Amino acid sequence: MDIRDTPEQAELRRTARRLARELGPRTVADLDDRKRIERLVEAVRDAGWLDLRQDGGDGGPLASGVEAAIIADALGEAVADVPFIGPILAADLARRAGARPIAGAVVALSADLLGAAVVSGAATDAPILAVDHAAHGRAAPYVLVPDGDGYLLALVEAEDASDGTDLTRAICRVPAAVPVRAIPDQSRRLTREDLDAWAALGLALTSADLVGVMRGVLDITVAYAQQRRQYGVAIGTFQAVQHLLAEARCLMEGAFSAALYPAWAVDELGPDEARAAGRVAKAYCARAARTVCETAVQVHGGIGNTWECIVHVYLRRALLSSQWFGDDGEQLRQLERTRLGMIDGLP
Amino acid sequence: MDFRDSPEEAAFRSRLRAWIAENNPRLPVSSTDDEYWDRQGEWHTALYDAGFFGLSWPSRFGGLDLPPVFDVILDEELAAAGAPPRPSLGYLVQGITTHGSDAVQTRFLPGLISGRERWCQGFSEPDAGSDLASLRTTAQRHGDDYVIQGHKIWTSYSDVADWCFLLARTDPGVPKHKGLSAFAVPMHQPGIEQRPLRMINGITKEFGQVVFDEARVPAENMIGEPGEGWRIAMTIVSHEREPGEVGYVARYAKTVKDLEKTVRRDPGAFRSDQREAVAWAYVQAEMLRLHVRRRLSERLDGLHHGPGGSIDKILMTWVEQTVGAAALSVAGSRAVIDGDEVALKIYLYSRAQSVMGGTSQIQKNIIATRILGLPVA
Repeated sequence: MDIRDTPEQAELRRTARRLARELGPRTVADLDDRKRIERLVEAVRDAGWLDLRQDGGDGGPLASGVEAAIIADALGEAVADVPFIGPILAADLARRAGARPIAGAVVALSADLLGAAVVSGAATDAPILAVDHAAHGRAAPYVLVPDGDGYLLALVEAEDASDGTDLTRAICRVPAAVPVRAIPDQSRRLTREDLDAWAALGLALTSADLVGVMRGVLDITVAYAQQRRQYGVAIGTFQAVQHLLAEARCLMEGAFSAALYPAWAVDELGPDEARAAGRVAKAYCARAARTVCETAVQVHGGIGNTWECIVHVYLRRALLSSQWFGDDGEQLRQLERTRLGMIDGLP
Repeated sequence: MDFRDSPEEAAFRSRLRAWIAENNPRLPVSSTDDEYWDRQGEWHTALYDAGFFGLSWPSRFGGLDLPPVFDVILDEELAAAGAPPRPSLGYLVQGITTHGSDAVQTRFLPGLISGRERWCQGFSEPDAGSDLASLRTTAQRHGDDYVIQGHKIWTSYSDVADWCFLLARTDPGVPKHKGLSAFAVPMHQPGIEQRPLRMINGITKEFGQVVFDEARVPAENMIGEPGEGWRIAMTIVSHEREPGEVGYVARYAKTVKDLEKTVRRDPGAFRSDQREAVAWAYVQAEMLRLHVRRRLSERLDGLHHGPGGSIDKILMTWVEQTVGAAALSVAGSRAVIDGDEVALKIYLYSRAQSVMGGTSQIQKNIIATRILGLPVA
């Protein structure tokens, strides 16, 4: 047992954080800078990060969940407006199905964002969502089609991205009655275990993103508390402010510790165990991120409640990452089911 | 990053598991019953004699020279079996190994680690709590001895201690942080009076006060140099704040397991908020277990005495108080009808965690100024 980063993982963490900091938005106005976004998208693609969960030749992924989580964390820290978790999850599911990867594709989710959308007829029967879809030149999202005792991957067409809550990642809607296109050349049917392991990766990566969001917004807020002066001194001098920020730091550290385990477990433990580890991490990270982002808004005072202050960009990103695969309430409900033998009040 | 046991770790884990299955003393829940403290010494020596305590400490003092992560294996297995947590005295070992001379280490570490000699910690005083450096207990040199005069409080287990790790003022003429020294004071002598305290959950064997009235300690029992007391105290309290050092993970995980068992017996008999309280306590306890794995892994790079323990202490406090609140919630009306109810005692004891070893407010001051770099008021 040695849960430190390997030297390679430490290097990847440094590289990813540097790249995300350089090319991510520094201000709300930066969110409209198309050139910057293009450079960021290219840099992430050229680094090969979107391919990490593709088949490495032996059926397993090119890189482990730990590497993917390191990047998700770094991109979250900089609220980097580039698709990553979405395409990574699509590549992972395509690998499990033995299908050729489609660059930039994502897996469409049910409207509650809890899991992959399942379509049993020839067309979608309810609106579904493609989260973290590439804004330009995007590929069609995947859906699951029941087949025997498992599922096959198929494709649907998504509408253009609408203005979602998260200003850094797009959500494209797929309305009802959109035809489903089969994908040839899938070498195997996806099983329940495949989908559990895949959901574990989703929980691990959204947790890692939340950890990064917490670290990023806390850095900005600590710096603000050192600059902003009232009563003739920096507001960071006041214990009332210091204690809010100290608590936020503790939440971030606890969340980081909790989120490492599922990222490792995805490839090293069985689907049930990996998914349970993901639920623990997600429950902790979602609650912690909400508190940390709200603290950031509070410490920024009136400015923190204006659109121009970047803090709400972190809060909005945290809200989406929390809901994606289920927020803390959902994870606790599932843990009650598996650990206490209850669901929705029924044993 | 590898969470899996190495072959050596796996072998250790399975030996330990087999030993606990045979030797679990089935004590009452820690810190809820005086019987627990009465038999804690036996548990310490049993664990040590079987080769399961003092894992990461130097073998020349009776430790096993194992990497720090073996301690989390110990915590996990104790929790899984519902056995008592490991004795929490790692911070005293850190204090002595970091600051004590060879002679002091050789004299005191083996007994401390093996449990053959029992220790208490004499830091706080009635008028020196958070402001520890203002303490007034004095140690004055008389020939080969120092003579101790003063009053210590919150001296856990002082009634059964052979030694007290005492912080006293040896030089009243210098600024308050500079005039302190540390000693290993023998507790069995006429100048020492024990005044046990009863905690809010009713136990009497943990907390105490000790009055020193012309108690004597040989000068050679000084730990570190004269005037080094404050630095030594800071080393000790920084580790006293680390769950990896005190081993409380096992205590929390055991309570959560018991709560889960209670609810699982008849889930429909509990409200959704009670079930959610238990699930959240599980999440918190798991977070702390993983956090300890991370902190002990970081020690593979070498041990640091830094302010990071204050973060760990806050996390540990949140976990203990979340678990305590879940116990209270699950017990429902039982907790107020029967004053002996274990859940009530767990809950009441949990309130001490945000005070002992430095209040949460002091920890947040440390995090804000020494970790976040915010200005000192």
